[in-house]
Amino acid sequence: MLRFLATRVALLLLGLLVAAVLIFAVLRVLPGDVAQVVGGTQASAAQVARIRSELGLDRPVVLQFLDWIGGVARLDLGRSLVTGSPVAAELGQKLEVTLPLAGLSLLFGLGLGLPLGVLSAVLHRRAGGFLIAAAAQLLAAVPVVFAGVLLILLLGSWLHLLPVQGFPLDGWRQPGRAFASLILPALTIGVVEGAVVLRFTRSATLEALGQDHVRAAAARGMTLNRALVVHGLPGVLLSVVSVIGLEIAALLVGAVVVEQLFQLPGVGRMLVADVGNRDLVKVQSELLVLTGLILVVGAVVDVVHRLVDPREREAA
Amino acid sequence: MSATWLRELLRRPAGAFGAAVLVLLVLCALVSLVWTPQDPFATDPFHRWQGPTAAHPFGTDGTGRDILSYVFAGTRTTVLVAVLSAAVAAVVGVVLAALGALGPRRLREPLAVLIDVLIAFPVLLIAIMLSAVLGPSLGVVVIATGIGFGVNIARVSRGEIRRVARTGYVLAARAAGLGPVRTLTDHVLPNTAPVLIVQLSLSAAVAVLAEAGLSFLGYGAPPSTPSWGRLLNDLQDYVTLYPLTVIWPGLAITVTVLAFNLFGDALREATDPRLVRSRSERTR
Repeated sequence: MLRFLATRVALLLLGLLVAAVLIFAVLRVLPGDVAQVVGGTQASAAQVARIRSELGLDRPVVLQFLDWIGGVARLDLGRSLVTGSPVAAELGQKLEVTLPLAGLSLLFGLGLGLPLGVLSAVLHRRAGGFLIAAAAQLLAAVPVVFAGVLLILLLGSWLHLLPVQGFPLDGWRQPGRAFASLILPALTIGVVEGAVVLRFTRSATLEALGQDHVRAAAARGMTLNRALVVHGLPGVLLSVVSVIGLEIAALLVGAVVVEQLFQLPGVGRMLVADVGNRDLVKVQSELLVLTGLILVVGAVVDVVHRLVDPREREAA
Repeated sequence: MSATWLRELLRRPAGAFGAAVLVLLVLCALVSLVWTPQDPFATDPFHRWQGPTAAHPFGTDGTGRDILSYVFAGTRTTVLVAVLSAAVAAVVGVVLAALGALGPRRLREPLAVLIDVLIAFPVLLIAIMLSAVLGPSLGVVVIATGIGFGVNIARVSRGEIRRVARTGYVLAARAAGLGPVRTLTDHVLPNTAPVLIVQLSLSAAVAVLAEAGLSFLGYGAPPSTPSWGRLLNDLQDYVTLYPLTVIWPGLAITVTVLAFNLFGDALREATDPRLVRSRSERTR
């Protein structure tokens, strides 16, 4: 176990390093003259020179990279090129919206996908099971924006149940309102990602229904459904844990789109705005934080999966 | 690679539906190059936000453009993005997988780790990163999907390439003096094709979804190119006022992605004898 933990942590650190190098290479090296990109085509030579010295672009690339990474390690993500304010503080504020949004989306996704996935497998070869599976196949093809638009139509405006757009200005100091304004966006991501969870759960449950120990329990006199619940579902749940790591990436990407659609002040909307302003210092730190989140959650899920799933331990 | 798997594929409802939609899409894209019901870019200030009428079956948008014509013309952008993305993904995936399976021994382990790391990068984030530097364009969508999904293809097909490379006929070809690259192109790749084609179908689905998401964020096609994603974006601001208009581009994207997914799934079943067998065992 210790050896597994050590290799997994090493892989995580390597992953973070590769991510940082790639982001830096694309944003700082690929464009040629970064100062020109930041300044835009209208910038005068003097402006470009000023940006260049401000960013330390006249120094060797490796030093610039080490500077950035050293800062990130001390939680200093640099300063915005446009406003001059520190990136870390703003990012922390935006994460207060994006992380609850992602968490709530995951909750909705699992809440929809798990039970319906099991149900559609149990009702396999019956109309109900086919309908659920077909609906999941359809939902998995819906673009997140369209899902959001349809939910706004169904729940937001027709029933006047929930706030359709925006987030309270004073954030979580109004917990009720803040939470309410996350429900529709989270449901949007949850429905689309829930379809993916559903399809995975369905095939895992179908497999469990055919496994020898479940069939043996049924042969000893349990009903097949009870045998599935007692002997099959624990394994199914543990398999689903392993896809959560992959789902996190989809949830965060979904959040970028959904924050734009529902006008939520989260990291995704910040990223989109900063790309528009060509604020490359902010963009590179935001991308690193987002990919870092994905990599860290992936590693944590791997470790948890290994801890709780006896099959994983035996396989090693 | 013969007519048997094609027959297997079309025998399945999902495969037949997927194939039919994809053929229809390509036809629409080709026809739209020479003819659309109306000029997709012609604005008409007197007929804004029309509901469905005989002249405008899908209605008109806020500038009076005919939505049917615009959606019709948008098929060519979708088809182009899907085909190019799949092509880039295939090249990236095959090169990485072939190097990882058959390349120099020193390279294999680092490549495997690199692929594991790159898989954590979502397509949309790669695209946002690229468009921060290169500016918004369809090329960014294609490159991002190609790299993002190519890595997936590399992971899935690496094992398959290694397996095929160890079969007798490939070893025989090597022994007879065929070079490594020719062996790969003449013997290994044709025999891993079923696995690859399934992945390409799925990567096309990802590309269409990514184009929609990116155009929505403003990183996709330029305004002169008809795009379902941008139409969806243009219309969603007014969704509560004119809900009927938003349905069309959203539906077009959904049906296309569904077709690619179903086509890929059916193809996997049709070309994988193990899957066909395990299913019949399960239902027994």
